Amino acid sequence: MNAHGIVHRYGDNVDTDVIIPARYLNTADPAELAKNCMEDIDKEFVNRVKAGDIMVAGKNFGCGSSREHAPIAIKASGISCVIAESFARIFYRNSINIGLPILECKEASEEIKAEDEVEVNFDTGEITDITTGKKYQGQAFPPFMQNIITSGGLINSINAKNE
Amino acid sequence: MGMTMTQKILAAHAGLESVKAGDLIEASLDLVLGNDVTTPVAINELSKFNKKTVFDNTKIALVMDHFTPNKDIKSAEHVKQVRDFSKANNIVNYFDVGQMGIEHALLPEKGLIVAGNTCIGADSHTCTYGALGAFSTGVGSTDMAAGMVTGKAWFKVPSAIKFVLKGEKAEWVSGKDLILHIIGMIGVDGARYKSMEFAGEGVASLTMDDRFTIANMAIEAGAKNGIFPVDDLTLDYIKDHAPEKFANKEYTVYEADADADYDEVIEIDLSTLRPTIAFPHLPENTKTIDEIHAEGDIAIDQVVIGSCTNGRIDDMRIAADVMNGRKVADWLRVIVIPGTQEIYLQMLKEGLTQIFVEAGAIVSTPTCGPCLGGHMGILAHGEKAVSTTNRNFIGRMGAIDSEIYLASPAVAAASAITGKISSPEDLGL
Ligand code: SF4
Repeated sequence: MNAHGIVHRYGDNVDTDVIIPARYLNTADPAELAKNCMEDIDKEFVNRVKAGDIMVAGKNFGCGSSREHAPIAIKASGISCVIAESFARIFYRNSINIGLPILECKEASEEIKAEDEVEVNFDTGEITDITTGKKYQGQAFPPFMQNIITSGGLINSINAKNE
Repeated sequence: MGMTMTQKILAAHAGLESVKAGDLIEASLDLVLGNDVTTPVAINELSKFNKKTVFDNTKIALVMDHFTPNKDIKSAEHVKQVRDFSKANNIVNYFDVGQMGIEHALLPEKGLIVAGNTCIGADSHTCTYGALGAFSTGVGSTDMAAGMVTGKAWFKVPSAIKFVLKGEKAEWVSGKDLILHIIGMIGVDGARYKSMEFAGEGVASLTMDDRFTIANMAIEAGAKNGIFPVDDLTLDYIKDHAPEKFANKEYTVYEADADADYDEVIEIDLSTLRPTIAFPHLPENTKTIDEIHAEGDIAIDQVVIGSCTNGRIDDMRIAADVMNGRKVADWLRVIVIPGTQEIYLQMLKEGLTQIFVEAGAIVSTPTCGPCLGGHMGILAHGEKAVSTTNRNFIGRMGAIDSEIYLASPAVAAASAITGKISSPEDLGL
């Protein structure tokens, strides 16, 4: 499985409150949440993002509250993968569980620029910056985690297993 | 390469010979926990599974502690949903008003978790059970739902920071002072993703209640879990609280390998610790009592002694020792909340309840209550509280411009008498 798209870039400590502000938490509808994703730090994100695009950020991405709405909003906005130097622990879990692919890679997080075209191979963890030609090695997901992501989240993957 | 204590527990529960930091594994669970806030969400998630039955009705603990006795209709509806679910699924360990206590004080006391177990809980302070040499960590609602159905959870194997403790702490210094000192040193994300493993000869001088307090606040340093080695004190605790599991040897003692890999090793001499207080609005903003005295008095409006961090019997004994025969300062409210019904009873037996009430404090039924600004002691605008709880975030206990100073039961009790942040030494104790 691969992700392929244009990069939207952010800095360190992007918290769940800026990913989806608390004032929009009165809905759990992914499409509704996506309409306000990132707006407190990037008003244009929702207009610019196209299906398949990739988000690149610094360290401690997704810190703050444990709201599952945050990865849901990112996924519903069309983002196919988030690459960061590191993720806050509960955001990391919640992302996998709702089927948002995320990848830690310090070098890629530092070097990849906004608007670059990037491809990610989830089987190998390899990240390719097509614009610069440079390759980076992120950690590949083992099969059962890939299974969660390709199934569209933890519950779907468990359902599929029990069918 | 050897494994840390946490890595060994995870490897065993994943059926693997060995694991290393960063590995993604699936582990079997010995216990899945939820409370009255998170369980309703998990029950809704559970309805999306094809299989809607729980994996083991004896290995799920549902504790109604945050807004109970129910403070309003909404919280009553939530608890009713969990109660109905528990009846329908024959959940053995459902704890409602009359049996309940604060989840992280209750589960070890009921013997529901022992050394070598794995546990996830839809509550961030699930890391408390590391005090018993178990692996336990907080998760979201989807994880809890999946855990209830499958009895499994996936984990990224954590690396670890090792804290080597030596020496003995002075009188009036407790596990709370140690963990606040550590968070002050490494910061609120100093152990992000990681295990905090405690070791060294200093561990022996920490009571079980000290260890629960320390493991409980590992999350305040961003950690995945905090864990203590299993010694005679731990085994005695298991024998007392889980006699059947003890007799049947249903516990496992894991030890870190001598060549385990640690990101960092930090030595702490317990004899150098002083009463330590975390200032608003982060647990890492710590000062010792001596620094506070040097900078000037901080007058307070309320004292809270309780929570999953410091609502255990040792905490109550220490606070009662300090308050015995003394009176709460004028214009101050003091709220004492035992963690569980058993602690509540023990306080009655030992005369602690009488000491608190005679001093002018109130003693509540077990509840999370003011710890999360739920009920039973909300702060008004601009008020200051000394609290033995674990978070002093903006607005955590009430108005957004109220202030919380996190402290040990000894400091909270002394402050209750003087009306300003104080230690028992200030009372000549
Ligand atoms: S006492 Fe406070 S921190 Fe502990 S479980 Fe209750 S609300 Fe959470």
